[in-house]
Amino acid sequence: MWRTGSDNLATGLAVASTILVVAPLLAIFGYLIYKGASSLNWAFFTQIPKPEGEVGGGMANAIVGSGVLLGIASLIGVPIGIGGGVFLAEFGRGTKLANAVRFTADVLNGVPSIVMGVAVYGLIVTPAMPFSALSGGVALGIMMIPTVTRTTEEMLLMVPHSVREAALALGVPNWRSVLSITIKTASPGIITGCMLAFARVAGETAPLIFTAFGNSNWSVALNRPISALPLEIYRYAISPYDDQHRQAWAAALVLVVLIVAAVSLVRYVVGRGVLKGAS
Amino acid sequence: MPEIRISQASIQNDSSPGDSVAPSAAAVAESSAIRKFLLARGNSAIADRGFHWLMVLCALSIFAIVVLIAAELARGSRLSWAQSGIKFFFSNFVDPDSHLPMYWDPVNGHFSALPFIYGTLVSSFLALLLAVPLAVGVAVFLTEMCPRVLRGPLAFLTELLAAIPSVIYGLWAVFVLVPLLREQVNPPLIKLLGWTGFFNNDNPTGLGFVAAGVILAIMILPIISSLTREVMNAVPGSQREAVLALGATRWEMIRMGVLRNARIGIVGAIILGLGRALGETMAVTMVIGNTPQIQRSMLASGASMASVIANEYAEATSDLHLSALTEIGLALFIVTIIVNALARLLVWAVTRGAPARVN
Repeated sequence: MWRTGSDNLATGLAVASTILVVAPLLAIFGYLIYKGASSLNWAFFTQIPKPEGEVGGGMANAIVGSGVLLGIASLIGVPIGIGGGVFLAEFGRGTKLANAVRFTADVLNGVPSIVMGVAVYGLIVTPAMPFSALSGGVALGIMMIPTVTRTTEEMLLMVPHSVREAALALGVPNWRSVLSITIKTASPGIITGCMLAFARVAGETAPLIFTAFGNSNWSVALNRPISALPLEIYRYAISPYDDQHRQAWAAALVLVVLIVAAVSLVRYVVGRGVLKGAS
Repeated sequence: MPEIRISQASIQNDSSPGDSVAPSAAAVAESSAIRKFLLARGNSAIADRGFHWLMVLCALSIFAIVVLIAAELARGSRLSWAQSGIKFFFSNFVDPDSHLPMYWDPVNGHFSALPFIYGTLVSSFLALLLAVPLAVGVAVFLTEMCPRVLRGPLAFLTELLAAIPSVIYGLWAVFVLVPLLREQVNPPLIKLLGWTGFFNNDNPTGLGFVAAGVILAIMILPIISSLTREVMNAVPGSQREAVLALGATRWEMIRMGVLRNARIGIVGAIILGLGRALGETMAVTMVIGNTPQIQRSMLASGASMASVIANEYAEATSDLHLSALTEIGLALFIVTIIVNALARLLVWAVTRGAPARVN
């Protein structure tokens, strides 16, 4: 009796906790779509913010600014990250150095983004120029590196050795075989990994508060403060005006849709491509 | 109880039969004589070496980043360290007017990290208290009980929680969670548990440690539950079958056969969640209230280490203020590195040799 009872109790608790977990998730998504969709309008995508307290305006500059920041971040994070992954999978396998790099990457992944912001502020913002798009992009780029490195490594490890040895047997230099054979075979997985890193930094706010800083005018200059969607969501959410709350919800919906769309678009394109191969 | 040492046999089964016979994938690269011969030929040696070193450079840049961050934080916090030394982390000052303890006074140049350390610890442990039982429950349900049809969508849903940016959690918390707590949850808490002193009725805003703890719990749930699932999947099926064959019920099987074997990994997952909670910035900043004070009541507003940096760094009034904030950042950096390293070691110790099974 007691044993059956405790079995049923445990089952019930597990089911209940699952429901408890799924409920806030659905609440967040539902509320986000409801509030966001009812707040979106054409002006949101085409206009820049109105002065504090005035109704109307949009976030065109923040959308473009997010694009600029993410572009800089990808330029920094993707090549270095893939290079690190290639080292781990192709050259350093089993060595102490590779284990240390792998561990450091995992640990770096867990460093809070705000700490990255403080460090980048000290490294770039004060000496060279005041708040700027470049420093924001660098902060985000650094955050992409560990994720890209680890996924690249995992994907490269799946490429069978016979493929590499076949290339070498044809007289292809090793660097060429890595670039055109191994990476190409694993490219769907590597691209997905890059997109995941991209999606992660796309929503980052903390390091941007004192690097990119935000800007209520049009600006794409790299040495000037630039606006970004997450920054605007933060500013507007804690502002006292109802219209700004409305725009914060709209921006949140746009941000989530952009992130989800970017990831699924890449998955779709890559999944249909000719490179399904070994991964 | 037997150790969770997954045998090497599973790896060998996974590797394709075409591979040369070798105990592990790492050894294959070393042992192929043909490959060594081909690599050693002269006509592309220079280009190969250059490429090799370029990749090494990329890998080393990860070290460089960590070192640079540490050096920069240390350089930035020199001023504050010179001013107050180690006392920065536990001292307080007495306000000459009100004779109350004071911790953080940028105007007069008094800085102490104590209330922020307190706020970070309280909100993180509240979050763990709420999230750990739920996360383990979800993991148990998904790995051991769930009908196969539901497993994919539910796992996907919990993973989806991890993809939402933290500022959007904060937005939701500000407009939905905080009003809900203020009107529905806090009054009964005060009525029932007010006598303990942990739930005082002196903060009508609803912002505070409880709000921060709840939103943090929602945010760290997916991490803890997906890692717990991973380590539970690493427990071999024979363990489960053995316990069931002895006549155990399903719960007894889970408790003795699975949870006990996976406990080290689960602790690792919890510590990893703690690491995330300690450093979480935006959502906490938006709901914790941002007042540098230490109060016994969980419903009082406070501030965390990350939230004070987010709030004040861009508008720091003096060099000392900036330096004090940087020192808080340095402390956060060191603590999260230690916590993460510990968690990685624990998870790695359990799942080593057992690639996560795809359900």
